[in-house]
Amino acid sequence: MGNFITERMRVCATTGLTVDLDAQRFIKLNAVFGVVSLLIGAIAAYLLALTRWEAVALLDPIDYYKYISLHGLNMLIFWILFMEMAILYFCASTLLNSRNFSRALGYGQFGLMLIGWATVNFSVLSGRASVMMTSYVPLKAEQEFYLGMLLFAVGALLGVINFFGGVYIARRDRTYKGSMPLVVFGALAAAIIAVFTIVHGAIALIPAWLWSLGALEKAPDPGWYRLIWWGLGHASQQINVCAHVAVWYLLATLTVGAKPINQTVCRVAFVLYIMFINLASAHHLLVDPGVGAPWKMWNTSYALYLAVMASMIHGFTVPASIEVAQRKKGIGGLFGWLTKAPWKDPGFSAMFLSLLIFGFGGGITGVTLGTHQINIIAHNTLRIPGHFHMTVAGGTALAFMGLAYYVVPLIFQREYPLRALARVQPYIFGGGIVIMAVGMTLAGSMGVPRRHPDIDFTGARIAVDMGGATPFLAMLGIGGLIAATGAVIFAALTAYAAFFGKSNKGRAMTSWQTPEQDRMTKNLLTTAWNPAEGKLKTTGTVVLTLIFLASFVVYYFANWKALADVWYVK
Amino acid sequence: MTTPTEAEKPLTEPEDTPVHWLQRFMDNPWLLLMLGFFVPFFSYTVWGWVELLLVKKAELP
Ligand code: HEM
Ligand SMILES: [Cu+2]
Repeated sequence: MGNFITERMRVCATTGLTVDLDAQRFIKLNAVFGVVSLLIGAIAAYLLALTRWEAVALLDPIDYYKYISLHGLNMLIFWILFMEMAILYFCASTLLNSRNFSRALGYGQFGLMLIGWATVNFSVLSGRASVMMTSYVPLKAEQEFYLGMLLFAVGALLGVINFFGGVYIARRDRTYKGSMPLVVFGALAAAIIAVFTIVHGAIALIPAWLWSLGALEKAPDPGWYRLIWWGLGHASQQINVCAHVAVWYLLATLTVGAKPINQTVCRVAFVLYIMFINLASAHHLLVDPGVGAPWKMWNTSYALYLAVMASMIHGFTVPASIEVAQRKKGIGGLFGWLTKAPWKDPGFSAMFLSLLIFGFGGGITGVTLGTHQINIIAHNTLRIPGHFHMTVAGGTALAFMGLAYYVVPLIFQREYPLRALARVQPYIFGGGIVIMAVGMTLAGSMGVPRRHPDIDFTGARIAVDMGGATPFLAMLGIGGLIAATGAVIFAALTAYAAFFGKSNKGRAMTSWQTPEQDRMTKNLLTTAWNPAEGKLKTTGTVVLTLIFLASFVVYYFANWKALADVWYVK
Repeated sequence: MTTPTEAEKPLTEPEDTPVHWLQRFMDNPWLLLMLGFFVPFFSYTVWGWVELLLVKKAELP
């Protein structure tokens, strides 16, 4: 049924799936540079955490802005996008039972992204582009910075085109029957959103580049630039959301044998993402004067809540499918499915922690901060990095780490060293991120701004009172050090495994789970069973959901109260 | 009645059974691509851009 070329494929000894060797090469190349970017970002993260911890105040302002630019770009753009490229190759080939679409596009994708990556990192590290990842005009970087970003974006576009080409030939050659698998559908959603993202990146960055070159005399209008830039900046995060939700489904299958309870509902949720999630770009402009309240409210509330609903659907169906699979194995009790889960399998723990941090931490703060009225007391405070480290670091980055614990053994065909350390790594990273993000959120609630190296204005004539924020900034610093250490452990183990790990060619990968767990999971994966059958209940997930909703209500209304306190009305 | 709601169902369905319109809609990646681009493009980008164009120039006193 597949359309593979015999001398360019192999059959995976663990899963029995067919792997296209071209796709495999590009998965490896992209994953390696993703991990290198993560390492660069993590080194910068140490410096930033030690700077925002006012008691330490490590970097001077010049260096602070250099390293915050380095961190934002390498974490948010490079690590995430390289990994997403790897995911697109995997989904459009192995999961569709089809070959890679075009080797030339593959090299074009990787080559351009690599050149762009090197150019931008050179520019930032040599102090020529300390404009932070947003590069808001009229802040001006040297021209190669914009050029590097554009090359990187064009490379990503080629990767997306290659993905769509893959979908096209798979449909043409009928390599799969009926609908495409759910995980691929999630990747499709990510690829569609990527098109919107990249177009906006081009519209914003080309004029900025021309202006930096001197070809345009006046900088682009700052309000206009922010509008278009956030079409890139916000939408790129939604690529992440789709990709990591797809990774949740994939890891739930690989680690506990879960099957989505209701495919149609999951797919509808992805369609809601495709159509509505990008509107929320507007939440970055909630205090901008140029756009009016109806535009803001429509795009961040009414229409957006359709996308929020989609997140809640995924947040429910993933744990529910895990619960059902565990019950199918005969595990009982309200939370037996959780207590008896393979917590020592870093693929599972990373996936589940990612789900919890993203849902409880990122989701609740996100909906609150994205509310037009509440935003005014939170905009540009540390509450914002507090929120997005729970989505993009504790959510996406952690999910991708979990994925790597399976990609390296299955695609690189090499085993991880120091397996005990790998098992605790997701907890170190996830725990550190939570501590740091809570510290940021609390400090931000007291008015501490983001993107500021020295909030007590060392040496100023009049001492600036830090209020009660000091302990929370210490939390930020300590949590940050723990998280950055977790990221470095991951990068080191993964890089070692990818190049020097023990080869498992021709054998199944060494399981992360106990023989008993492993046997039960494999059993589920190889037998036909129906997760919607009546006796498999999801009560545990329902209880978790109720706790989630209650936490949301408390947090949301506490914020309205805080807002009301700003205007004291007798 | 079994609908495509059962997991994996669509994967094993014979090709000639009638498919629900929602499923057909979701099986069309090109239509989804168009919607995914143009819905936010009009709601966010075009509308926002127009609002910025309508901002009146501040007159210096
Ligand atoms: C490894 C552990 C990490 C630590 C300790 C850390 C710490 C920090 C700190 C202290 C800041 C500066 C906040 C400010 O002063 O305004 C920051 C900013 C930021 N971080 Fe992280 N972070 C980590 C991981 C990540 C990851 C994995 C991502 C994304 C995938 C990420 C994305 C960002 C972004 C986008 C910014 C904002 C930069 C800007 O304002 O221009 N971080 N981070
Ligand atoms: Cu956003």
